[in-house]
Amino acid sequence: MYPATTLKNLDLELARFVGRLKVGGAFVVLLAAALLGRAYYLQIVQQEHYLQRAESNRISLVPAAPHRGLILDRQGRILAENYSAYTLELTRTRIDDLDATLAQVGELVDITPGQLRRFRRLLSESHEFETVPLKSKLTDEEVAILAANRYRLPGVEIKARLFRNYRAGPGMAHVLGFIGRINDRDLERLREEGREQNYRGSAHIGKTGLEQSYETLLHGRTGFDQMETDSSGRAVRMLSRIAPVPGKDLRLHLDVELQAVAEQAFGDFLGGLVAIDPNTGGVLALVSKPGFDPNLFVDGIDPETWKSLNESPERPMVNRVLRGIYPPGSTIKPLMALAGLELGLRKPSDSINDPGYYSLPNSRHRFRDWKVEGHGVVDLRRSISQSCDTYYYRLAVDMGIDRMHDYLAKFGLGARTGIDLEGESSGLLPSRDWKQRRWKQPWYPGETVIAGIGQGYHLTTPLQLAVMTAMLANGGKQVEPRLVDAVRDSHDRDWQQLPGMSRGQVAITPAHLDVVRAGMLDVMSPGGTAARSAAGAPYTIAGKTGTAQVVGIRQGARYDASKLAREHRDHALFIAYAPAENPTIAVAVMVENGGSGSGTAAPVARAVFDYYLTGKRPVVPKLEAGNGTE
Amino acid sequence: MARSSHWIVRRLSHLDGILLVLVLVLLGISLAVVASASGQSPARISGHLINMGLALAVMLVMANVPPHILSKVGPPLYVAGVVLLIAVALFGEVRNGSRRWLDLGVVAFQPSELLKLALPLMMAWYFQRNEGVLRAKHFLVGGAMLLVPFFLILRQPDLGTALMIGASGFYLLFFAGLPWKVMVGGAVLGGASLPVLWNFMHDYQQRRVLTLLDPSSDPLGAGYHIIQSTIAIGSGGLFGKGWMQGTQTQLDFIPERTTDFVFAVFGEEFGYLGAILLVGLYLAIVARGLVIAARAPTLFGRLMAATLSLNLFTYAFVNMGMVSGILPVVGVPLPLMSYGGTALVTLLLGMGILMSVATHRQLNKT
Repeated sequence: MYPATTLKNLDLELARFVGRLKVGGAFVVLLAAALLGRAYYLQIVQQEHYLQRAESNRISLVPAAPHRGLILDRQGRILAENYSAYTLELTRTRIDDLDATLAQVGELVDITPGQLRRFRRLLSESHEFETVPLKSKLTDEEVAILAANRYRLPGVEIKARLFRNYRAGPGMAHVLGFIGRINDRDLERLREEGREQNYRGSAHIGKTGLEQSYETLLHGRTGFDQMETDSSGRAVRMLSRIAPVPGKDLRLHLDVELQAVAEQAFGDFLGGLVAIDPNTGGVLALVSKPGFDPNLFVDGIDPETWKSLNESPERPMVNRVLRGIYPPGSTIKPLMALAGLELGLRKPSDSINDPGYYSLPNSRHRFRDWKVEGHGVVDLRRSISQSCDTYYYRLAVDMGIDRMHDYLAKFGLGARTGIDLEGESSGLLPSRDWKQRRWKQPWYPGETVIAGIGQGYHLTTPLQLAVMTAMLANGGKQVEPRLVDAVRDSHDRDWQQLPGMSRGQVAITPAHLDVVRAGMLDVMSPGGTAARSAAGAPYTIAGKTGTAQVVGIRQGARYDASKLAREHRDHALFIAYAPAENPTIAVAVMVENGGSGSGTAAPVARAVFDYYLTGKRPVVPKLEAGNGTE
Repeated sequence: MARSSHWIVRRLSHLDGILLVLVLVLLGISLAVVASASGQSPARISGHLINMGLALAVMLVMANVPPHILSKVGPPLYVAGVVLLIAVALFGEVRNGSRRWLDLGVVAFQPSELLKLALPLMMAWYFQRNEGVLRAKHFLVGGAMLLVPFFLILRQPDLGTALMIGASGFYLLFFAGLPWKVMVGGAVLGGASLPVLWNFMHDYQQRRVLTLLDPSSDPLGAGYHIIQSTIAIGSGGLFGKGWMQGTQTQLDFIPERTTDFVFAVFGEEFGYLGAILLVGLYLAIVARGLVIAARAPTLFGRLMAATLSLNLFTYAFVNMGMVSGILPVVGVPLPLMSYGGTALVTLLLGMGILMSVATHRQLNKT
């Protein structure tokens, strides 16, 4: 057995062991407290936070893109519509060897070099994890072939997508504009405006035209399916659904047939035309020639085509009606005449004897009339019908540039008209003040002289001329042109008319306006400068021709259109409204390098009036750049 | 017939009632949680039941092996374990970048598992042999017994297992009466050597520690597990979301949710009250184990009972600490809760030893 010391040790050891057991137990309790403390923190203190995170783990919002609103013309003809089609889309991050995959896909379906270039461009513009379309509008056969081979093409998908189709062709491109894929700049803007949430699930956004300016209405509200998803992102079930609200349909004032008539009336010429209802400001036609096919842009345009559109000397991407700025030339004369009357500088009966030029006092410089021999005795009405330059040289000098500026400004010159399209130019209405600010130079009296016939610094857009014309027609009501007449929620709902916008009313003495109008009527009557274009019309037209110089003509030289290369010929201008007694339509026409207003621009307006007022489709008029009178 | 039933009763009488009830309650909870976590997979549930049956049988057998016989198994088991560890270091199979496995032709085997029991058995046997005359020398030898397998496993590298085995060896030294000043000195030394140890750690081990300190630094990689499990636990709240109602669990957000991360499932579905119950059950097992240790007639029994009890709780602590984000991710299952045969058998083997110590109080003289 054990010796005594060992026994004593045993007792000691046992006592020490029990002590150690207590320490061990205390240690365990400490650890348990740590665990429960942590659990308390997570489950009681932070429960809300973690519950929220568990919910956001579990619930994913799958956006449901709304149908984009349709765009219809005033007769209810569809101009922009949606259709769904299958597209072939690739996701970069899920593809190891892009070239190999493209080659494989190319063996299955036809991929044109243009589609490939467009794909590469889109790829470079989008994020790696985004899916990028390679080919859209797949045929059923292509869908079947791709679906059968999908298993060996990871990252290649066939998706049903909504597309936009512009039925009306190139002629409507400048009005409708187009939608395009949302790019980084669009995204940034949406984010700044706090609207990006509404675009989750949308691939497209309006880029130009009505598609751009009415984007908010057309787009609608994105719906969300609240899905329960597992960790791999697979949807397990739908929890709730907020249905998307489709975008609103737009109905235009514009008549697409009238638009076609106008476009046709240009013949081979380029240019712009805008017709507005002088009473409402509703835009009845808006032509900018040449147009382009807006459908090219919907799913991304290939770089070659884009380059050719952008670099074409005909500049098809520029909306001439909104952005083309031209000296208004003689089209400004009726308004100048009205200003002279209203400012008390002229009476209708005041007349001058025109020797064919005007000189400032103490100057030998001759400001020439377009008619070398002069017009003889000219009163106000005749000054309009004959487009007498000398009359207006003198009137301008009597008026002074600042009074001219102030009066013309009331008729919308030099300012944006406020049309419901973006990118409008404000043109230029010169004044002493403007010249000082812009050029730090004083105003010279000679500049006032030529300003009187719409030359010099004056710059106007065809749209501004149309608004000015509308105001002469409606007696001074400052209308804002509007393309969109009414909206509706969806096709089973009623149209809601958008209110016409008027900025106010310019008070005009009726007698003064009557004289000016009579002058414009004379223009279109036998003996007037554009009488030819009114011949045989079953209604009356009041108008004024004009030219916008492209190249300067030296003092003493004669302008002879037939000796000039076509691109150096003057732009032909024409403004008119009809019927003259009770106007329902006002137009401004600009024919690029058309030579004279009466020769090329006025016939276009006539065709428009004919169709609008009588429903008669004109025989396509033959336009020529002639040596006609202004 | 009567004689055989008498025999069965005698065998069963070696089961400790309190421990048995606690173990069965935990296994019952485990069955429910694993069923929920596996999406009621019949294969998982039946596999779990088979593992439990097997492990309970092993426990019953061990409870019937008297401690003095058990103590004799210690040295050969320990030597065999260490030899196998050396074999692993020389010829072991590399899996997931570390050399832990020994291919025995039929089954792949981790010798480090063997050491989990062999080391305490060996050390308890050694201290029992020198009972009453324990001196510094014996603690040095005991320390050496601990450090040899510790470093062999650390080299594999398997920091988690090395630390767990190190802890069990340390508990044994502690209960054997390792002087406080040695422990304090060791702690100071250990603390001072932490930076050195850091440099010796492998990249993935360092990453685990760093991830623990800031899980969000690697939300899609190693941090993902911890983030998802803490979300699961935290979202459980006081009462939990209910059995089979945990969204993190049912929708696959919790990784390894029947095995290492089973506590996340439990915490999500049963809440803080569940956590209190679970920790309470572990504490009860430890308490019962410590009582058994206090009453054990031999040093071997005392050391084994106390060490096994603390060991069990250490596993539970390390697992729950890891899952709730206060300890690094180490591959340690939750005792009696996680799915997995080896761990369950090893654990109930230990429970069997505890029961053997508890029920062989008067039977140690032959």
